[in-house]
Amino acid sequence: MNIFWHIGKYTLLMKQVFTKPDKQKIYYRQLFIEFQNLGIESMGIVAIISVFMGAVVAIQTAYNIDSPLIPLSLVGYTTRQSVILEFSPTIIGLILAGKVGSRIASEIGTMRVTEQIDAIEIMGINPANFLIAPKINAAMMINPVIVIYSMMFSIFGGWVAAVSTGVVTSADFIKGVQLDFEAFTIVYALIKTIVFAFIITSVSAYHGYYTEGGALEVGRASTKAVVQSSILIILFNLILTQLLLL
Amino acid sequence: MIEARNIWKSFENRDVIQDITVSFKPGKANLIIGRSGSGKTVLMKCLIGLMDIDRGSILYDDRNFSSMNRFEKKLVRQEIGMLFQGGALFDSMNVEQNVMFPLSMFTDWEDEQKLERVNFCLARVDLKGVNHLMPSELSGGMKKRVAIARAIVNQPKYLFCDEPNSGLDPQTSLVIDSLIYEITQEYHMTTVVNTHDMNSVIGIGDTIAFIHNGKLWWTGDKETILETDNPEINQFLFSSELTGKFKSTLQKQK
Repeated sequence: MNIFWHIGKYTLLMKQVFTKPDKQKIYYRQLFIEFQNLGIESMGIVAIISVFMGAVVAIQTAYNIDSPLIPLSLVGYTTRQSVILEFSPTIIGLILAGKVGSRIASEIGTMRVTEQIDAIEIMGINPANFLIAPKINAAMMINPVIVIYSMMFSIFGGWVAAVSTGVVTSADFIKGVQLDFEAFTIVYALIKTIVFAFIITSVSAYHGYYTEGGALEVGRASTKAVVQSSILIILFNLILTQLLLL
Repeated sequence: MIEARNIWKSFENRDVIQDITVSFKPGKANLIIGRSGSGKTVLMKCLIGLMDIDRGSILYDDRNFSSMNRFEKKLVRQEIGMLFQGGALFDSMNVEQNVMFPLSMFTDWEDEQKLERVNFCLARVDLKGVNHLMPSELSGGMKKRVAIARAIVNQPKYLFCDEPNSGLDPQTSLVIDSLIYEITQEYHMTTVVNTHDMNSVIGIGDTIAFIHNGKLWWTGDKETILETDNPEINQFLFSSELTGKFKSTLQKQK
């Protein structure tokens, strides 16, 4: 029963979030602040993880090719497919659930326990819309950009690892990367990314918004936000893959 | 004027507010006093609509606030200023942005006009040259002053103060009390102050409502409270050694 109670409460919160902003100008300003907070500030960690992720995929693929009948361009092909279909959207989604999710839950949770949310409400402003809507919308817009950026860095990482270790030539790797490309794989990855962005921001905001108590509870809300977002990402990864690829 | 009529509020079958009927007059500092856990904070949260009441009604100048829909409540709330116990300043904004926030949300003024009003309000609470400081850089008393400036920037008709002196030294408390009192009279606001500070009771209590175990136990003002024989009030006001001596001095003078 408890899970249904939370789903109901979460749905009611989302109903409050997706209403007309009290002031459009302030909403757009908040949206750009969130592009910076949730997107631009995550670029560094995403680049580092992506390069190493791509490098590992390339080396592992090369290691598993035993037969001389299999062309070495397969290393580039496998790296591209793995990165686009799974590693960039899902692994980066999980990384962002930790980084962005904990930030959102602790920021909103602290505002709750220090009565800042009450102050917004007393002024006659819808706090759920004012605080949460720009975060959800910004993440849903900026995360696809981050994931495309991650794909580029991952393929670059794979190329560097493959060429520098000498397992594949640069020409073979690039040939593999360009082989049999289907644009739908990118669409599939971006759909997943947008759904994951919504899960990360809305679940984290929910936990922050209903925090009660003090600093200890803010920490707990932050942990719950990361754990539940991660589980939901994995669950929706399976659901979306079934729906879109089969 | 703000009126509460026969209001009830309970949590898990425990009546925290029981049949309270009280009115708060404009141009006066109306105090709600009582021991910790007596229900005064819940009463204030019910008055401003942060908690829904179970029964009764709350009226703002004869407008039934408790039966209003969300949009109507929103309009009334734009006439309310609130000073929270900890100030509730927005951590991500500096002093100027904090005070300007209600103006940015509810007016179409030019930036210059807004800044002029912000500086006026900051000067009114005796704060100058702090516009670009962050809340974390302010002392407790300064935070309260900034919060007062933010509460009055939109010229509200009603001002609520939740324990404005908590965490402040006696001298700063007096400054905050006199500031609230002056502003109340200057703008003819209906001010409701939730406190358990003896100095506030004696200093600014134009009307006083004493809450005990969730019930309205006594009403009066700063003159009559010192003369009442009500045992619960005497226990509340004169429980410390210092206030006990004050009471006996008063009795000797009589």
